[in-house]
This record gives sequence, C-alpha cells and structure tokens, in this order.
Amino acid sequence: MAEETKMQDVELHRDAALERSSEFENPGLPPHRKRQTDLHPEKAKRAERTVFTWFLVSALGSIVAVAAYIAVPITPGDLTTTRMNNLLLGLGIALALLSIGIGAVHWSKQLMSDEEHVDLRHPTRGSDATRAKAVEVFTLGDQESGFSRRSLIRNSLIGALAVVPLPAVVLFRDLAPADEVPTDVFAHTMWEAGTRLCLDPTGTPIRAEDVSYGSAFHVIPEDLEESEHPLDEKAKAAVLLMRLPADALNESPERAGWSYDGIVAYSKICTHVGCPVALYEQQTHHLLCPCHQSTFDVKNHCKVIFGPAKRPLPQLPITVDDEGYLIAQRDFTEPVGPSYFERLHDVDEDGHVQVAGTTTEQRA
Amino acid sequence: MTTTQSPNAAPASQAPQQRKTVTSWAANYLDERTSISGVTAYLGRKIFPDHWSFMLGEVALYSFVVILLSGTFLTFFFDPSMGHTTYEGSYVPLKGIEMSIAYASSLDISFDIRGGLLMRQVHHWAALLFVASIGLHMLRVFFTGAFRKPRELNWVIGFLLFILAMAEGFTGYSLPDDLLSGNGLAIINGMVKAIPLVGGWISYLLFGGMFPGVDVIPRLFVLHIMLLPAILIVLLGMHMVLLVLNKHTQFAGPGKTNENVVGVPIMPVFAAKAGGFFFLVFGVIMAIAATFTINPIWNYGPYDPSPVSAGTQPDWYIGFADGALRLAPGWETELFGLTFSWNILIPMAVLGLFIVLVMFYPFIEAWVTQDKREHHLADRPRNAPTRTAIGAAGVVFYAVMWAGASSDLIATHFHLNVFQVTWVLQALIFLGPIIAFWVTKRVALGLQKKDREILLHGFESGRIVRRPGGEYIEVHQGLDEYESWKLKAFESPEPAKVRPDERGRITTGTHVRAALSRWFFEDRIEPVTKAEVERASHH
Ligand code: HEM
Ligand code: FES
Repeated sequence: MAEETKMQDVELHRDAALERSSEFENPGLPPHRKRQTDLHPEKAKRAERTVFTWFLVSALGSIVAVAAYIAVPITPGDLTTTRMNNLLLGLGIALALLSIGIGAVHWSKQLMSDEEHVDLRHPTRGSDATRAKAVEVFTLGDQESGFSRRSLIRNSLIGALAVVPLPAVVLFRDLAPADEVPTDVFAHTMWEAGTRLCLDPTGTPIRAEDVSYGSAFHVIPEDLEESEHPLDEKAKAAVLLMRLPADALNESPERAGWSYDGIVAYSKICTHVGCPVALYEQQTHHLLCPCHQSTFDVKNHCKVIFGPAKRPLPQLPITVDDEGYLIAQRDFTEPVGPSYFERLHDVDEDGHVQVAGTTTEQRA
Repeated sequence: MTTTQSPNAAPASQAPQQRKTVTSWAANYLDERTSISGVTAYLGRKIFPDHWSFMLGEVALYSFVVILLSGTFLTFFFDPSMGHTTYEGSYVPLKGIEMSIAYASSLDISFDIRGGLLMRQVHHWAALLFVASIGLHMLRVFFTGAFRKPRELNWVIGFLLFILAMAEGFTGYSLPDDLLSGNGLAIINGMVKAIPLVGGWISYLLFGGMFPGVDVIPRLFVLHIMLLPAILIVLLGMHMVLLVLNKHTQFAGPGKTNENVVGVPIMPVFAAKAGGFFFLVFGVIMAIAATFTINPIWNYGPYDPSPVSAGTQPDWYIGFADGALRLAPGWETELFGLTFSWNILIPMAVLGLFIVLVMFYPFIEAWVTQDKREHHLADRPRNAPTRTAIGAAGVVFYAVMWAGASSDLIATHFHLNVFQVTWVLQALIFLGPIIAFWVTKRVALGLQKKDREILLHGFESGRIVRRPGGEYIEVHQGLDEYESWKLKAFESPEPAKVRPDERGRITTGTHVRAALSRWFFEDRIEPVTKAEVERASHH
C-alpha cells in the first residue's frame, strides 16, 4: 500500500530551508479489523433494529411537534403558554432531528462497509499539454482580437472601465438629505436660550430647588416630543444634571456663570464613541460610561480621569427663569458626542471656554 | 475533472440488463438532459479521511444551513421599518409603549407567532455556533499547517467567510432595534465618525442624516438578508470546490502519505455520516433553542439613546473589537484645526493589521521557508514549534482583547477595581503573546523530545519488575511499526543559509529571510535516525 514515490514535481527552491526527510519506510496500512457486526450476523441484525427504532422515534418526534403546535396555543397575554409552545414544539422537532442523525450515524458506523479506501493524489497543476493548450488559447485570443497590438483601443477600454463605476459613487449621495452636509447635523442640538430642562422621560420641568444633592437627574429639552424626530434629537440633547456642594465644585472662573447654585448640566453622550454616560458615583462625583469605562470628574468640568475618552463632557450653560425653573442659556458651545475630523470647525469660538489643565493626573 | 462526454442520446447505449426501476428511469432522464452521470462518477467514490477535528468545518456548514432556514422563516414575519407605533401585542409589560415597528414585529415574532420565538432562538443560537465553529475550524487549519500550498487561497476564502459571518452577526443583532442593538449602532456610529476625512460623511450617509434616524435598520436588513448572504454563499461554494479539487489533508500515519488519501468514500459512508451529522447539529441547536433563552429583547425595551444598563455584553464574537476599544489609551490630537481620535484609530488599525496578518499568514510563512512543494499531510502542531507558538501568541492576543470587553464583569466578579483590571489587561496585550509564544515553543519542543524518547526506548508501560539484583525498574514497551510511524513521519527543516542569488549578489531580502528562517527553524529536535533506533534496540 505504501507509495514511497515523492511528488517531486517542483524542485526545492535554492533558498528553501533544507529538508531532512524521514529515513524510515512507511509500513503501509495496518490490517483491517472486522467489527462485531461484520463477524456476527445477529449483531448486525440488532444494529439494524436499533437504526430502525431511531427512525421511528424521529417520526414520533415530528408528530409530537405538530401536536404541540396545535394543542398548546398561545393565549394572548399569558407568557407561560408562549414558553410552553416554544418548549414542546422545539423539543419535538429536536427529537425528530436528533433521531435521524443518530440513526444515520449508527447505520454508517455499524452496517456500512468500513473498509479503508485509498485515492491517489495528483499534482494540482494541469499537465504540460493542458497548460500549453491554455497558453495557446490566450495567444489566439490575443492575435485574433489584436488586444496587444492595438494598444490604443485596449488602453482606452481600460480607461473607460476604470471610469464606469463613478456614477455608482455619485448615486449614493442621496442616502442622506441632499440639502445638508454632515456637520450640519452634528454641530447643534435643540437646546436654545430659554429651553426648560425637563425630566426624562416624563417631560416634567425641573425647579432649581428640587435638585437634590447626591443624585443625577436625566434630562431632556422641554419640547422634545414636539420635534420632528424626537429620538434623533434626544440622541444629541440628553443631559445629566447634578448638584454639588459649593466646596466640591472646582469651577473655572470663565465658566462660573454656566452653573446655577451648585447645579451643573453636562451632555450625557460620551465623548468616546457616544454611549450614554449613565452611572453617577455620588461620593466621588464621578460619571462612569458603562461602555468602555471612561470616567469623568464632575467636580472639574467633567474632565476625563480614566478610560479611552479624551475630551471632557460638554457643559450646558444653565440658569433659572422667573418661575424658578431651570433653563438653558444657549445651546452647547461645542458639538456633543464622539469626535470627528472637522469637529473644531463646529466649536462656537465666541461662546466656548476650554477647560484647562492636564486631564489624567488624578487617576482613581 | 472528467471530461463531460456528450451522453449518447440513444437509450440503446444503456446497459441492457438494467432493471427498470423508478430510480433508474429518473437517473436516465436526468443524465440524458444534464450528463450528470459524469459528476456522480467523479465525485461519488471520492475518499474522505476521518478525524474528529475535520468535523469543525462541517459544523460551520450545517449551522449555516440552519441559519438560512430559520432566517427565511423570520423574514416572513419581520418588518424592518423604523416608523413609530404603539405596542399592542401580548407582552403586557410593554403594552402601550411607543416603539419602532421593527422592535414591535420582533416582539410579535417572540410572543404572538407560534414557533416564532423558537425560530428566533434557533437563528441566534445557530449564529453563535456558526461563528464559533468557523473560528475553531480556522485554528485547526492553522495549527496543522493545512493552509500550505496548494491550499493558501482556500485559507483566504475561509478567512473572508469568518469576517462575513461576524458582519452578518452584527447586522442581525441590530435588526430588532432593542436597547442593546441600538446602543451597538451608537458605538459603530462613534467609531465611523473618527475616520479622518470621510468618517463624518459615512456616518451621515449610513444613518440617512442624524443618528439613529429612520433609515439604518431597513438598510442593514438588506445587507443582512440579501447582500451578505449572497456573498457568503458564493464564497462558500468556492471554498467547497477548492476543497474537492485539492482533496482533504490527512494526518501522517501508516499507509497515509503525501501522495494519497486514505478514508471512506463519499457514497455511501461519508454521505451517511455527514448527513447524519447535519441532523445532529440541527437537532442540538433546536434542543438548545427550545430550552435556553437567547437575546431576550423584551427585557431591554425599545431603543432610546438615553438609558443604558451596566454589564451589557455584545455577542461574544464582537467582544474582541469592544475590548480593543476599552484597552486603548485616551489619546486625541488636534492638528491644523482637525481632530485625530487615536483612541479609536489605533485600535482599529491594530485590529486591521491583525486581520491582514492572519489572512496572509500562509504567504508569509511560504516566503520565509521558500517551500514550494505541495503539502497534503497535516502537521502535528508539536512538529512545527514556531508556527504553533505564533498561533498561540495570536490566540492570546485575541483572548486579551476579548477579556477586555468584560473588564467590568471581571472586576465585579473578583472584587477588583475596574481601573486595575484595565491596566493589567493593557500590560497583558503586550506581554501575553510573548509569554505564550515562548511557553508554547518550549512545550512543543518538549513533546517532540518525548516522542523521540518513546521511539528509542519505548513508553513506560506502568509495569514494575524486580531485577535479579533487587532493583526495581519499570518495563518500557516498544511501539509496533504502525504506531511508531506516526511519531516518525515528519520533516524537520534546518534553517536556510544565506546564499547569493543568480547574479551572485546577496540582497537585504535574502538576509531578512535567512534571519526569519533561522528564527523559524533554529530550535529543533533532531529527528530520530535509523542508526539511533538500531543502537537503542541493542541495549
Ligand atoms: C451567517 C449568517 C447569519 C448570521 C450570523 C445571522 C445572525 C443574526 C442574529 C444574531 C440576529 C438577531 C436575532 C435575534 O433577534 O436575537 C439575526 C436576526 C435576523 N436574521 Fe439573521 N443571520 C444570518 C443570516 C440570515 C439570513 C440568510 C436571513 C434571511 C434569509 C436572516 C434573517 C434574519 C431576520 C429576519 C432577523 C430579524 C429577526 C428578529 O429580530 O426577530 N439572517 N440574524
Ligand atoms: S462610549 Fe463611553 S467609554 Fe466608550
């Protein structure tokens, strides 16, 4: 059985690592061992019965599944019926499938010939004659078309083919509104001077005196539900509101007017890749983004103290109106959420106050 | 391939003694119109070698079939629209809540359509199994060197299938428009935006304006059920055709050489085993789907950009990318008024490089070894210590990123601080692969040494006898020639020497290659020689 001829159709490359082929002889296939079912007809008979039984069980499983479908209807509002339906239907089908599988594998292992067979491999490349023919086909094709000879039309064809996908590129422009460009939608949120800060999701306006210490309020603009696309607006305008003791709040003088009586409002959209920054640790006044653990220090204008985010959360300048409700002084002074290439163009140069200082010296 | 000879139209050419059964009539009918007998003759008795690890690819194939079946069922009921609706279905906790039609229809599939929940769970479990089995299959191919000539192209195709599978998984995960899937899209949006120059535009076009908008899910739906599956199926077809052309690899063994294939023929044994195995895979997925909930979207609620719960996890195969984002340093630079978000670009670039290295590994190794021969024998991993060590380093690199995606869970589970866990993982991403490389190589060489010992002195039989002199020894038992062949049948190349090329020059490329070749092959255990075996047997 042992074929000791080596498939040396390709010579070893001169730089190839030197091979050291095994010096031993391949002993050839070991003698075939007969199975119990080959030796004893009654065992073969028993195997046959086993396979038959499995196939029978399979048909039974299918019937169970159909019966479950009909007999265990889903009662609206009753979750247990959904679960029951799912369970019985699924187990019935599973039984039907598994039994076919077990039966077939058993059949193949016990009853089908397990004699080992040998196929010879051939080098993958075509024979020299075939390859010569292939070359000839190309040569003829070239000669008869003049592909190489008539270089002018050949090159112009290549040029035309290179240009022909261009319309496809243009065609995709209207995937998004044609009368806008990306930065139009990234640059602004719906906060304006006088927009009331309201609770998410009820939309109740918030009075300054109701903002207690120790918890973060989830905030939306008051007219969010009236906007054309509330979800899109919310994805940019969501805000967190916290009241800090005066001695904890370490405000930069230029931003002193952005807070009201120890109450500060920051964008909830993480400056890393845009998850909502949802976790507020009241002892440390840290905000934690659950997605990649960026941690922002509310005491210091939400500068990043840990994690992959770089920029502080944008601050929303707030104040109160004459009824005592918290309102925005204006929109954010910079785009909220993740950075993008042209971002700096959309920072409001007059209104924005960069928070100074290093950001990561104070790792927790 | 067998040349397709034009089937002789005259029925007279049929074997006259053939019985006129329905099968033979149908076969004749088909063959006279398609010459299909040629295919049967060519393929029917092709030989397939058997080894448990060869089934991993089969699992992938069968779970894909299950995905196609369950996915088609889902398309009949699923409505990808992001338009608004008020939920009126039978899941009481969400009754009266505003949500997208996509989410509402996923809830209907789960609660109001008989078998709908089952199909959703079959689809999701099969998807998880699909990606997992492709990954394991790929590791099998890597560690046995089955990617070497002539199978390099099939490695590339297989790897593309792996990437496509993840893309399918991600687009599918986004479809139900629940809180978690929307959050995943938010993250993608943030990553896309970071790409210099075009990022903003891609995000703007993808979401049809603002995020989340009303366009993205219908678009992902088209990708998920049409474009990506079509590409997947074409590549899968190519993968199979190349498999048939190149034939399967096999492990070296008695009677098994680089020039033959030893195993069972497709008809009937392999067909029966493989067919049966398909039903087993399908059945197992079905049983799991019947009993274990996956992706309970009703617990998460509809997508809302504001809430998010801690400890939520993406599907496992996206974890490595999420982890890479977590472990990246918080760097960003502003240059000439433009923003470069290294905290996102670096992990993307590292992942891209990793993917490229894996995809082109066969060509890299072939360049280093300059081995131009065909290889049909699967290596035992220990007999290619450097490759095995490279593979282990890659696995550890992936695993550290993957662990990164669960840094918060690791922290709470082991009562650590999440910052410390992150720092440890950041260090491990550099050190882990190096340690894994070194350890694996030592282990592989150690195992080779052990094989050598066994060949020369037999293995410890566990039988202790007392020598006449009173000392106790354990009897060493030799292997028979069949068993010992498995240990002997491998090549152990020596490093290439630096030699001048045709024009008598030694280029830098030659030096680099020789250095790599040395790195690849330097540490080696001398294979046993005949003389040694003879000497040992005279003891
Ligand atoms: C390799 C291929 C595929 C993978 C990995 C995959 C994965 C997924 C995943 C993870 C989901 C989320 C399921 C859930 O609701 O929990 C999903 C949803 C879905 N998939 Fe696929 N899928 C694949 C191919 C297909 C194909 C070929 C079809 C259609 C013929 C399809 C149709 C659907 C539909 C309609 C949904 C939405 C169902 C729902 O949300 O209730 N998928 N897919
Ligand atoms: S999105 Fe907040 S840390 Fe990544």
